[in-house]
Parts: sequence; structure tokens; C-alpha cells
Amino acid sequence: MLWGSNARETHPIFFHHLLKGVRNGAKLFVVDPRRTSSAGWADVWLGLDVGSDISLANAMGREIMAAGLANEKFIQHATSGFEAYKAHVEKYTLERAERETRVPAETIRKTAHAYAKASRAQLCWTLGITEHHNAVDNVVALINLAILTGHVGRYGSGVCPLRGQNNVQGGGDMGAIPDRLPSFQHVENDELRAKFENAWGVKVPPKRGWHLSDMFEAMDHGQLTTLYVLGENPADSEADRHRALKRLSGLEFLLVQDIFYTKTAELADVVLPAAAGAFESEGTVTSSERRVQRVRRTVAPPAGVRDDLEIIFDLARRLGHAWGTPEPEAIWNELRPLSPMHGGMSYRRLEELGGIQWPCYDESHPGELFLHGRLWSDPLIGPRAPFIVVEFEPPVDQLDEQYPIRLTTGRRLDDYNTGVQTERYASPLRCPEALGLSPEDGQLYKLREGEKVLVSSRRGSLIAPVHFDRGLRAGLAFLSVHAHEQVATNDLTIDAVDPKSGTSEFKATAIRIEKYQEG
Amino acid sequence: MDLHFTNAQATVEEQSAIDSELGVAESGWEGGARHTELDSHASYGGASKTGARRHLLLPVLHAIQKRIGWISPGALNHVALRLDIAPAEVHGVASFYGMFSLTPRPRVVAHVCDDIACQAFGAEDLCAVLEKKLGPEGAPCMGGRATWLRSNCLGLCERAPASLVTKAGGTAKERVLAPATPDRLQSLLDDAASDVMPTAADVLNTQLSVPQAGSRQLVLLRRVGRGDSADIDRYQRLGGYEALRKALDLGPEGVLKEITASKLLGRGGAAFPTAKKWEALFLQRDLLKSNPERKHYVICNADESEPGTFKDRIVMEGDPFAVLEGMTIAALVTGAEQGYIYLRGEYPFAAERLTQAIQAARKDGFLGENILGQGLRFDIDLRRGAGAYICGEETALFNSIEGYRGEPRNKPPFPTQAGLFRQPTVVNNVETLINVPEIIRQGGAAFARVGTENSSGSRLFCVCGHVTSPGVYEVPMGVTLRKLIDMAGGVGGTGRLQAVLLGGAAGAFVSPKEIDTPLTFEGVRAIGATLGSGVVMLLDDSIDLKQILLRIAAFFRHETCGQCVPCRVGVVRQEEILQRLIAGRSHGSKAEEVVMLREIGQAMRDASICGLGQTASAALESALNRWNLF
Repeated sequence: MLWGSNARETHPIFFHHLLKGVRNGAKLFVVDPRRTSSAGWADVWLGLDVGSDISLANAMGREIMAAGLANEKFIQHATSGFEAYKAHVEKYTLERAERETRVPAETIRKTAHAYAKASRAQLCWTLGITEHHNAVDNVVALINLAILTGHVGRYGSGVCPLRGQNNVQGGGDMGAIPDRLPSFQHVENDELRAKFENAWGVKVPPKRGWHLSDMFEAMDHGQLTTLYVLGENPADSEADRHRALKRLSGLEFLLVQDIFYTKTAELADVVLPAAAGAFESEGTVTSSERRVQRVRRTVAPPAGVRDDLEIIFDLARRLGHAWGTPEPEAIWNELRPLSPMHGGMSYRRLEELGGIQWPCYDESHPGELFLHGRLWSDPLIGPRAPFIVVEFEPPVDQLDEQYPIRLTTGRRLDDYNTGVQTERYASPLRCPEALGLSPEDGQLYKLREGEKVLVSSRRGSLIAPVHFDRGLRAGLAFLSVHAHEQVATNDLTIDAVDPKSGTSEFKATAIRIEKYQEG
Repeated sequence: MDLHFTNAQATVEEQSAIDSELGVAESGWEGGARHTELDSHASYGGASKTGARRHLLLPVLHAIQKRIGWISPGALNHVALRLDIAPAEVHGVASFYGMFSLTPRPRVVAHVCDDIACQAFGAEDLCAVLEKKLGPEGAPCMGGRATWLRSNCLGLCERAPASLVTKAGGTAKERVLAPATPDRLQSLLDDAASDVMPTAADVLNTQLSVPQAGSRQLVLLRRVGRGDSADIDRYQRLGGYEALRKALDLGPEGVLKEITASKLLGRGGAAFPTAKKWEALFLQRDLLKSNPERKHYVICNADESEPGTFKDRIVMEGDPFAVLEGMTIAALVTGAEQGYIYLRGEYPFAAERLTQAIQAARKDGFLGENILGQGLRFDIDLRRGAGAYICGEETALFNSIEGYRGEPRNKPPFPTQAGLFRQPTVVNNVETLINVPEIIRQGGAAFARVGTENSSGSRLFCVCGHVTSPGVYEVPMGVTLRKLIDMAGGVGGTGRLQAVLLGGAAGAFVSPKEIDTPLTFEGVRAIGATLGSGVVMLLDDSIDLKQILLRIAAFFRHETCGQCVPCRVGVVRQEEILQRLIAGRSHGSKAEEVVMLREIGQAMRDASICGLGQTASAALESALNRWNLF
């Protein structure tokens, strides 16, 4: 089940593997407001209204229980909070879900049954779930379904966020999260923090830091005046871009370290050209399946371009900390005793085994094929998996008479995010960015294919040509986030942020469109 | 290569042609009218649904071609939507077949055979006259309403030179004109273009096609020419379905015993023991009970495309029920509940006869849920090929029925393990199947007494080219080539025999010195030839053999599916070398070019996936072995 994911375009290699499964008889369900090219392969497409995922998931949970398809044994053995969940979703009848999601009740019922009855089922999601003001709630609603049916921690069953880059997982694992140290060890836990302080011989700040959205807020209040950006392009990628640009321009000092001269770099006081991670550096990356793999330098970076590690080490030296010469393997070995789940991963073993999936506690541990296998061990190892009740809340940017059309954003096959890494390459399929509209809305607004329209949200407006897309329905529009030079999509989006994850609600903007007269 | 996505839409007429085959679309997502409410929030499809409908691709392409006369990008897009197949795949399949035109074409087309048998009867002169009268091949004529095209062998060799006129439209028509003269062809085109083409069906001219008709010695052909072949009562009056009744009494095992005792070898060209194939499925019957998704299939290979071959066409036109009866007996033994007849696309009259026969057999309980009240369940679908010689190769035939490009598969797995839809499948040639009722009727042992030790029964030969009375001849295995030629009234043309092509384009040339060879599998093997599909094509001394070789090379170059390298490259190189040799522009010495020809042939024999590549060089090399041509 692909939920809020257009993997065919955004994870084409993964989708290629998925299609092998489909050809071998696997059933594919796609939950997406748009009937995407992924949905075109699906046995069932559930075209819910943007942001109604929790209603759909809760109703599926209710239906699974009502039909006696919940995995009682697993629930008893390995979960907590079931009764509260059961009571909570009672009000999410199929009829209510049909009203809120507009997916036919019968379709929801069939999908719930198919998911529950499958001998193996995977639930994969992407930004359609997480780019909402209630992103974490959305994820929790899906996890509830997985533990309700026992589709977790078994071969072929599980939940999986599809990552956007080869090392998104690794970044989080290494502690690039405001409240965590490597291995998700909480920074506010004194005992854990002490372990790192002992090893490093410095004090670690005892309170969690800011996440991205907090940082941008802090810029408004003068609490954040200096920003060091590594491999990110917030000038294009932040929601409500006008405001983001204003904030970045108001900084006292902006340092950007990147392999390309990005829009953000243009605003910077200092730009440090960095070596490309994939082939000009040594180290490791961690994929969506938690597999840590070695990365090797195959070509030397161009003159004047330095490895991230060298830059950071030099910076540390200038700030009064002599760390010596950077040695990727030595840094990795420094991590291993501090991060239990990486303990057994020597470079030698990573090389021999072609990568290892964490957790891997010691050098005799082969790693774990799936993460939550412990939930099936008898007696149970570790804590129970909790059901967490979550409530449907519509998107923040409400539709009304002035802004009657729901704009959702996403990515296309040819490009990645703001296009920094992809726009330089030719693609036979790439079309100029255009506002996707249903043919019905095209008729309603009397528009021709390619005609320019003025698109406005409560925050900004832009001019874009229209492109009719049968995958959209009346009242639903689409823009990608790739081509800000042509169409600055984030001029429209809202920076309503999920307080738990710090993600903005890129997926739900209220817009209106008007005919545009040139000149 | 750039990818081009078109937004081309199907016209109303194209959509109606597609709907006539597929029914009305269930939703806007499948190409129907877009329903704002129903289609906005859910759709249903997926591989299981697509997989179950993919086999409709070939029939639906036929429906468009028949209605419109060509298949437009809009029509292809609509088919892709309707069947939920990627447009590139639909295009890949449509462009695979010679009978489908993907560029605009007038509704009336005369297909003029210029293959070897027709060449001996002035096909080139016919084409020259047409070019003069109507304009160049493929160009619209008669005010844009018609055109004419050269064609590979139309399987009408006994009536050379042959032509087939097709007229697209709501009531599509196909008419055979053979022998064709420029005047008759032009007047038929005129009629078709001005919409007065007679609806009267073609009829089998028994006198012309089966010179032995009426002879008491005939077994396989004994019913041909006697009354209306699509009349099931006539068939039964002439002994039809006696064998099926007897087979039902014998039971699967008993029938298999008789087939084994008959020593029947396949008549399609490969001469594989029929009983072996049947037994392979017979032994897997138990698995059918335990697994409801498992199925067995019986396929009649009626894709008779070997140049010079027309026996199966005459059997299907003249005795279609015999084919159905043979298949039904095969189903009894193999446990198949579904059969397919894969008929070559150029046989409109055979298609009509078979369709009528299948309907009549269903109506009278010879096909269906409970055949003859004996609990046997079996039905047959007719599938028409679309002008691809390779589809006669059995695994290519599976792909073609399944809706894929007709490219052969690697073996193993063999068809009896994983054939049509990856299920155990028996494929038999038309002539093989009509032997089956005879075996049951006479008993296997009696059948085996006809012919020789290793070649039992009788054989149908397609005697054509320079012979006094061309046609299909039924003779017991073991008759010599000389005797067969005598039966057909002796050498025609100049009366001086230059060569005989045995087995068709994939067969071998033999010289007049070899005409005392007995026509048995082992007899012809001894002289390095093959019976193949039963072609016996005589060429008199007025024929330039080199031109015939070039025509054969051109045929294989045209018909290679392009999947595997030895064949794809080899057939092109061989044609090029022949062209150079004939034009006197050889690279290096002529001897070196001949060595190269043989080396390429060896590479194709050794390394091609299927029989096409393995035999593409056979006729050419047989000629090099016998004559000093270059």
C-alpha cells in the first residue's frame, strides 16, 4: 500500500522493484488525492481529499475490527493502548469516512479487508503523509493499522517511509535531529548525555535545539542571527517563500556549504564549495532499509573544493578545537562505542557483507533484516508497541469562496526537490512547469491548455501556464516544487508547521485562479 | 531517443470499433466517458485485471484495422487506456504485425503475392501492370480510395498468381482473387472502392485445389468438396464425430494408447511424436484437481505461413469440423478445457468456415460444458494472426495470443510444462489433428500399417510451381517424389525440371537427380532435405534460381522478429551478400562471399533462439550444395 506516495515518479528505482512484485501477483493499493502514474498501476486507487488521511486510516481500523480481522494474538502479545484505540475509532464509521475523504465507503471497506487479510502487507508512505500540519499524527494513524493487523516485524510485512535521498536515514541516525544524539539517544537524558561528554571531553548542551521551522521563527525575533547551511536550499524549499527570503536576508551572517551555487548560496556572506558525497568523499550512507553502506572516493574533487570533513575540522580548529586530521574510519570508530546500534559495524565488516542493517550490536551480529521482529519474540523483548489515538483535522489553509481550489504540491520524475541536483540535466520527459488542473476546471474557467493564469493564495501569487491532467478532479490543482525560476510554488504554500516534526503543510494550500492578461 | 507522448484521441468510429471487441468501458479511467462523481475518488484496475484482459489486444487491433483500414495514434492511445497497457507496449505489439498499418491507408487494399510460387506464374508482370495502371505500390489510387501492396505468400499457391482484396468499414470485406489478372483485380478494386463489392463469400474451388477430390483412396481429404463444409449434419453423415464418440468410450488412457500405437509424427514441420506431447499433459492431469488456477490448453497451429504451403487452408475450408473433432479428442486426453485455433490472418474464408463450424458444434453439443452428455468440458476460440510468419513458432504463438509481440521464448520450459499463459499446453498442426479422428476410427495399429516403419500414415503435399495440376495431394508416406509429380500431371512450364523446393522457404532444394527419393521423414533426411510443411514446389529451367534465393533471403529478412542477434543480423547479411553476388560486386572473391554465407548460416543454426533463425539459411545452403551458382 502506497499512502501519499507517487513512487513511480519520485522513487522510480524502488518502483521498478515494486512492479516485479505486482507482476508476480502482489496487489497494489494507492492512496493519493491525485490519480498519479503510480495509481495507474494500482488494483485500487483511493482518491481521498487532501489531508483526510486520518479519517481514512481510522475508519479502516474500525472496519478491520468490526469484521473480526484484527490480529488479536499480536495485539495481546505486543501492543498497548488497544482498548482506548478501539473506543476512539468507533466514531469513524465508513459513512463518516466517505463524507470526510469522499472515497466511496465500499472502496474503503474492501481496502481494509484486503490489507488485514493479506498474508504479507507493506505500508509505504512519503511526503503526502508528512508534509502536513499534523504529520506525525498521520504517521501514527498508519502505524496503528500495522500493529492492529500484525503487519510489522515479519518478512514482507512492515511500515516504511520512502526516503528522498540515499542518506536521509543516516542523517537522522547520526543525530542531525534537534533533540537526539546518534542512535536516537535523547539529548535531555543526563545519563546518555554524560556518555558522550565523557567520550568527547566537552559539555553537550543539555536542552534540545530548534528544528528547521523553529529556526526560521527565531530569525524573526532576533534569536537566531547566524546560520550555517550544509547541502540545503531553504531559499527555495521553505513554505511561504517570500517570508523565508526576508528572514534569510535579515541574518547577520549566512554561511552556505554546498556542491552547487544554490539560490540560498546567492544570499550567503560566505560560500564554501564542498566535495560531492557520492563519489568525492569517504564515509558511509544509510538507506531507507537501515542498511549502512560504505561510500568511496572515486574521483578527486576539483581544485578549491574540499571535503565536508576537512571544512568542519578546519572550522573547529579556528574556533579553538584541534581535532587533528580528519580520518573517516577513525570518526566512524569513535561513533561505534557511543551508538549501540552501530557497534558491530567495522569498515571491514561493512565491506565484507556489502552493508549491514542496523541494529548491529557487536561484531558477531549480522544485523537485522527487519526492525520490529522483537515484537514477535516470546516472551516479548523490549517495550510494547503503543496504539496512539489521533483525530482527523482538516488542513489549516481552509477553502472558502475566495480561495476555492485545493492546491497540492509534489515532485515529478525528472527532478528532485528544488532542482539543485537535477535541473542541469536534460530529460526527455521534462515539460515547463505548469499548474495542473482537471479538464473540468479547465472548462469551468474557460481555459486553454498552456494558457497563463494568475494563481493566488492567502500569502502570495504567481503566474503559471495551465496543463490539463486527467489525474486531477474538479477543485484539485497541482504544482511541483522544482522550478522556482519559472514558477515559485512556495510563494503560495503555507508554513503551518507540525509542532512535532517541524514540517510545513506543503500539501494543502487554498488558491484561486484567474485569467491572466499579458502586459 | 526522445520519448513522445501524444494526446491523440480516438475518433468516434475508432472507439466504436474498440468497444465492439471490448464492450463499453467501466469507467473514465478505462477510456469511457469521464464521470465526475464516480471517477473522482476511486479507480480499480491493476495487474490482475490487466493480465486477464491483455489477450484481447490482438483481437482489438484487428477490429480497428478492419473498421478503419489503419490504426491511428489516437486509436492506439485509446486501446492503451481501455486495456490499461502502456502506450509503448500497445505500439510495440501493433507495429509487430504486417497486416496492421500505423500510417494512413485507403480503406480498399489489394495485397498481391510476389512470393516464389507466384513468381513462377508472373507475379512480377502483374505488379508491373498494376504499377503502370494504378501507380506505385502503396500509393493511393482511385481517387485515394484504394491502394495495392506486395505481399508475402498468401497460401494460394495452387492458384497463382494470387491476390487478396480487403475493404475496411462497418461491414469489412475480404475477397480472394486467384488466379489474378490485372483486369480482374482492377475491376474488383473498382467495385470495392465504389462500394459494390459483392458480399458473396469465396468458395473453395475443389476441382482446382484438390485434384484427387472424389477418389476413393482419400482418407484425410475424403470429405473435401462434398457439400457445404460448415454443415454439421453433412459432417456426421460422412462419418464425422464417430471418432469422438469412440474416444469418449475409450477414455483418455485408451485414446492415448491408440495415438501411441499410430506412431503419428507432427505434420507442422518438426515431426515430433504427437503421443509424447499429449502424454506430458495427461500425466499432469491430477494437478488440475488440486489447483483450480492451473489450466491445460490445446492449440491448433493454423498459422500456415511457410511460403508454398496451403494444405491446412484447404482442410479448414473444406472440412473444418475435422479440426474441431481432433482438438476435442486432444482435450479429452490432456484435460484441457479451453482450446485455441491460431489461424493466419490472410485466410478470411477459412476463418469464416471455422467460425461457423465452432458455432454449429456448440449448438449441437460437440463443444461446451457437457460434450455429448459425457461430462467432457471443452470450448474453442478462434484467434487470427496478423501477418507474422514467426507466430507459427509455437512459443511466439503463445505470446501472440497473450497479447505480446510474437517473439519466441527460450526453451526450456517446453510448452508441455509452461506454454500458453505459462500453463501446460499442447500445440498441434492442423494436419496432425485431422489424423487423430482417423487413428481412433481405424485403430492406432491399423493407422501405423500405412506408410513406412518410421513414417506412418498419409501425408498432404502442397504441389505447386511448374506442375501441370497444382494442388493438395494426399499420398501414403513412402511414395517417391517422381510418383507425386506424375500424379500431378508431370512438370509444367517448359517441361524441363530445374529444381524442387521441398518443405518451403525453411526447407531445401533438391535436384532432378534426386526425384526417386521416397517422401518419408527418413527418406528426405538422407538427402539432406526435409518434408517440412509438405511443400513440393517445382521450378522449371526458365527460372533464375539466384533470384529465388534472393526472394527467400528477403523473406527471412522481413520475417525475423529481431529478438536474438544471430538471426536479426544474419538474415540481413545473407541478403546483402546475395545481392552483391548477383550484381557482380562481391567483396573479395566470390568464393569468399560463399564461405561467408555458410558461416553466417552456421552461426544462425548454432545460436538462434528458435527454428526461424535455425532454418533461415537451409534452402540457400541446400542450393549451394547442389549447384555451382556463383
